[in-house]
Amino acid sequence: MLDQTALAKEQLLKSKKVWTNGEVRGKIVVYACAYFMIFAAISIVIFLGFKGLQSFTKNGVSILEFLTGSTWKPADHSNPQYGAFPFIAGSLAVTLLSAFIAAPLGIGGAIFMTEIAPSWGKKLLQPVIELLVGIPSVVYGFIGLTVLVPFVRWTFGGLGFSLLSGMIVLSIMILPTITSIATDAFESLPNSLREGAYAVGATRWQTIRSVLIPAALPNLLTAVVLGMARAFGEALAVQMVIGNVKDLPHSLLDPSATLTTIITLSMGETTFGSSENNILWAMGLLLLLISFIFILLIRYLSSRRKIS
Amino acid sequence: MKRLKKFSLPAILSAVMIITAACSGGTSTDKTNQTGKNNASSAQGKELTGSLVISGSTALQPLVSAAGEEFMNQHPKVSIQVNGGGSGTGLSQVSQGAVQIGNSDVFAEEKNISGLTDHKVAVVGITAAVNPKVGIKDIKKADLIKVFTGKITNWKELGGPDQKITLVNRPESSGTRAIFDKLALDGAKPAEGITQDASNTVKKIIAETPGAIGYLAFSYLNDQSVTPLSIDGVAPTAENVQSGKFPVWAYEHMYTKGEPTELEKAFLDFMMSKEVQSTMVTKQGYLPMTKMQVERDAQGNVTTK
Repeated sequence: MLDQTALAKEQLLKSKKVWTNGEVRGKIVVYACAYFMIFAAISIVIFLGFKGLQSFTKNGVSILEFLTGSTWKPADHSNPQYGAFPFIAGSLAVTLLSAFIAAPLGIGGAIFMTEIAPSWGKKLLQPVIELLVGIPSVVYGFIGLTVLVPFVRWTFGGLGFSLLSGMIVLSIMILPTITSIATDAFESLPNSLREGAYAVGATRWQTIRSVLIPAALPNLLTAVVLGMARAFGEALAVQMVIGNVKDLPHSLLDPSATLTTIITLSMGETTFGSSENNILWAMGLLLLLISFIFILLIRYLSSRRKIS
Repeated sequence: MKRLKKFSLPAILSAVMIITAACSGGTSTDKTNQTGKNNASSAQGKELTGSLVISGSTALQPLVSAAGEEFMNQHPKVSIQVNGGGSGTGLSQVSQGAVQIGNSDVFAEEKNISGLTDHKVAVVGITAAVNPKVGIKDIKKADLIKVFTGKITNWKELGGPDQKITLVNRPESSGTRAIFDKLALDGAKPAEGITQDASNTVKKIIAETPGAIGYLAFSYLNDQSVTPLSIDGVAPTAENVQSGKFPVWAYEHMYTKGEPTELEKAFLDFMMSKEVQSTMVTKQGYLPMTKMQVERDAQGNVTTK
């Protein structure tokens, strides 16, 4: 009995030594990192939810007016109106349109890198894509304001500040996201697919069109949705070229506004806790909710991939 | 190598701790502010010590930064940090006690904030500015209102070229917009137009967009890229603002919560000193408080001094 306790004590000491050697310590560090991330994400969601709902609970804004109303006059003290529909529409329009341009370009680039010219094509395109990622969004916006806006004005007419300008800037910004995920999608396809197609006499284009693209489709859609999520949240570059007009746009050449641009424009000028400020938080909450929908969509698409 | 490995874990841990500390930066600055205040009030008399954190109006930021640099040169034990963020941010933060001085383009009363002490440090004149190709230099106030409310949509109606008018506005809650709407448009609500918050961007847009009209502080009207407009024949000059002839101007405020502490008072006095008012203020395109012959209260009533 006594021997056993002594042995146990020794083991205890030993295990203490193991602790200092890192096994447990490593575990603690890794766990701490994980919990920190979870904590940060959850507290942001809670805070945003709390602040975002305040304009509905405290300031008595109706959710229906917020989502569908099209008059935005938060600073009108006698009769404030909080219709954010033009911004929601602007956000969605600019996101969908930019995905519409960037998706074919990005997927085309990915096919070029993986199927057409895997050796030199990749060597050429990869750094270009990394370069596009590295350009800060302010710079995109500034180039857009200086080059793109006058270009659109002279070529298509109108003011130049338009949905079209916002769409072009965003499509370039999300191009790297779409291209790199699409490249991964094509690279992860088993070679047997290509060999099988060639064996039954398909040309390279037929192989790509009828075998590889359908096989990679769920992943390609994930790429596009991720790109859209990025476009949806982008504020600075869009703000500089879209014009920030509070009316619903009727054509591509009309200036418009998005949820993010209205938040960045009004943020510094409103006082914390005022109804003008709270409604901006509500818009932030709406952005978060729509991002959740994007995430769910990605989840759904990637779960489909596992079945096929 | 082995030693390095041993050290890597504590290194990561401390990195994590630094990040967490950085994340909770808001509260820690609060604390330093608090100590700054204490130091300042405890050091009675000779040498000023402590730190001041100032935030708010981006229009006033360059002036306060420059004055802060100079003040720190004269009082080496004082540290002054000037942040931007906008008038609303400045007012919120000073009333929450997150900063000691909040800069604002508008009266705190207009943002429904009370309990702050106002210190007016400069005056800024604002006027409408148009794209140079419009070729108009003078506009009647009634016409200006019609232009901004969308009743006149082409410059040819005002004797200019056949060119559609493009409005360049500030955001709804902007201080500059509030002043311009109230004093230049007599409270009329402007029609929808392109909206930008930064004065430099507004200036760039007016300069590059045919038929554009917007409004800018005098300090941005120092070159030929945009044409400032006279209103009812009164040119937008410092002299006309000081004599009360040109109506569109606003105070630049520095707010403290309650009465200023010793250090705050010293700095605010410095802002009003001849050194700042006669050189820095005019150099940065503001108008000195000391030369104003008229004054205005929060309700907008103008009286002669």
